[in-house]
Amino acid sequence: MTDAPVVIDVRQLSRRFGAKTVVDALSLQVPQSAVFGFLGPNGSGKTTLIRMLCGVLRPTSGGATVLGCDVVADPEQVKRSIGYMSQKFSLYADLSVEENLDFYGRIYGLPRATLRRRKSELLDLVTMHDFQRQLAGTLSGGWKQRLALACALIHEPRMLFLDEPTAGIDPVARRDLWDLLFELAGRGVTLFVTTHYMDEAERCTHVGYIHLGKLIVCGRPEQLKAMPEVTPAGTRRVEVRCSNPSAALPLLRGSGGVRDVTLFGDALHLVVEHTVTHDALLARVQGTCAHLSAQDIDPSLEDVFVALSRRYSLKESAA
Amino acid sequence: MNGFLAILLKEASHIRRQPSTLFFTFIIPVFEMLIFGYAIDTSVENTPTVVFDACRTRESRELVEALVNSRSFRVVAEAFTHHEYEHAVISGQAKVAVAIPPDFSQKLLTQKEASVQVLIDGSDSQVATAALHSSILLGLNRSIARAKVYAEAQQAAVARDPAGRATLPIDIRPRLLYNPNLESAHFFVPGLIGIIMQVVTLFLTSLAVVREREAGTLEQLFVTPVGRVGLMLGKIVPYAVLGFVETLVVLTVMVFVFQVPIRGDLLLLMPLSILFLLTALGMGLLISTVARTQLEALQFAFMIMLPSFLLSGFVFPRESMPEPIYWLGYAIPVTYFLEILRGIILRAAEWNDLVPHIRGLAVCCVVLLTLSVTRFRKQLD
Repeated sequence: MTDAPVVIDVRQLSRRFGAKTVVDALSLQVPQSAVFGFLGPNGSGKTTLIRMLCGVLRPTSGGATVLGCDVVADPEQVKRSIGYMSQKFSLYADLSVEENLDFYGRIYGLPRATLRRRKSELLDLVTMHDFQRQLAGTLSGGWKQRLALACALIHEPRMLFLDEPTAGIDPVARRDLWDLLFELAGRGVTLFVTTHYMDEAERCTHVGYIHLGKLIVCGRPEQLKAMPEVTPAGTRRVEVRCSNPSAALPLLRGSGGVRDVTLFGDALHLVVEHTVTHDALLARVQGTCAHLSAQDIDPSLEDVFVALSRRYSLKESAA
Repeated sequence: MNGFLAILLKEASHIRRQPSTLFFTFIIPVFEMLIFGYAIDTSVENTPTVVFDACRTRESRELVEALVNSRSFRVVAEAFTHHEYEHAVISGQAKVAVAIPPDFSQKLLTQKEASVQVLIDGSDSQVATAALHSSILLGLNRSIARAKVYAEAQQAAVARDPAGRATLPIDIRPRLLYNPNLESAHFFVPGLIGIIMQVVTLFLTSLAVVREREAGTLEQLFVTPVGRVGLMLGKIVPYAVLGFVETLVVLTVMVFVFQVPIRGDLLLLMPLSILFLLTALGMGLLISTVARTQLEALQFAFMIMLPSFLLSGFVFPRESMPEPIYWLGYAIPVTYFLEILRGIILRAAEWNDLVPHIRGLAVCCVVLLTLSVTRFRKQLD
């Protein structure tokens, strides 16, 4: 994928729970210092994959190495060099911010002086010096996540796994947390983040999309957007803005030269053949809507995932 | 052992932040001791009794007096008709009803057999048995007294004491060891110490682990290089310390409040108490490897507590249990510890006297701790 060394190497990894295959022969590579966004619907196997990569869940078959350590043969070695932040707040609510940091520092066996230095660095990083003595349970959602991040970083891991770190926190806190993550990536930490938010995915250096346990697509966002499956040859993407997009949708869908229409907030995203002009499109909805405009656009990641999962479902039902 | 100290210090902070743990450990057991020690008295005395004296002579009055003087019976009412007499038992007013027939003294004086009817409410077997024995004994004593008078009059005797007085041929001289006043507290309170130690440690440890499982912090811990043994010992030791201090508290209450002295060697009792604490903590850990929620942990703990109460010999003597149940008692660690507690505290037993029980307890301890450490995995499933 890139020239940077591969720090996560997953080969044909599977995990079954009873008869259900949650992760299905999944392979992927993540280069060092990447911010790898891992997307997929609920129950598609994101958390299961992370747990296997962290060495707390045994794969049914296949294997993986994280920072060169085998997650099946040597999970404890993996654990020493990674940090993990789960989707649920999992610190001790009845311990103070400082006590939580102390605890994780001691778990990783940090010498006293190192622990003191790391604590101070991390409190700087997450700007929580003022909250040191506050009980973790009394922090608000965003601050809890920042503390959880600080705890996951106490031992200076080179690899950080984050399972939906921004679920349920407000937009400002979400943005702040991502700024922090990029700062870490800039320092050479590799990040593996699952998320539901497309705007977060757009900021990642690499993204992967998992659907029913299978990795459908994986690569740099710009590579994915350029895929011929997303915008087939002889077509282009057009955004039509109008006052009443839901009324315009049925008029455009299936009309001549229009391959696909999707509603995107107050706009419609179309895949049209090159022969269809903007004016021709606007003419078709003239009667129902006002304030019409049309412009060519690049596909967003959401376009990519919608297009690919549709193709994938078609292939599946055909097979 | 990785992370042992980290877990230990963290648990200490939890305990500090949650004073209810300390309340549960130190105050509740003292209450329990006071309740059990004072309220439970298994000696049966003063059974409520109704007397229907249809004879009303000197002899019949003497019989009633002897009845009261035995301390086994307390006359709560007098019946004047047969109906009243029977109804006293049916209504629950009395557990025992004594009917002296009109011809009682006449038969005695004419040297015929006089019978006295005693109705006993058998529903409480313990009270009924005591009443049965006391009433039979009373009849025997009165009969012997009359027989003695008669024998003296005849210048004959079955046996005579050194002073030449008529006496009984066989003289049983029982001597009560260790608890001459037959106080229930002597039997219950040492046993209670074992039970209390188990309750506290079992609940505290099982909850300490399951609470983390519920909160999701255990998953977070699994992702760290904390060692399995370090994690478990870090969880056990703080509660073992609490349990040990608690043991000292209840022993103090036993000696100074209940006046049950420790006759044996305290230096032998202490290490054996620690052995038992570790066993109980092992049980708690084992529960925590099975239970997913705190509620489940509580249910498991209660499931273990019930046989520990009933089958260990804490309340009911194991000797009178059916054979399979008797053997089942040996699968319960507190059974051994009760023997050790009563042995050392009441009978001044020494190491040699207690070897089988110490061995049993040690086996339980090793088995439980090994089982819980092997069952405990740093894996999610």
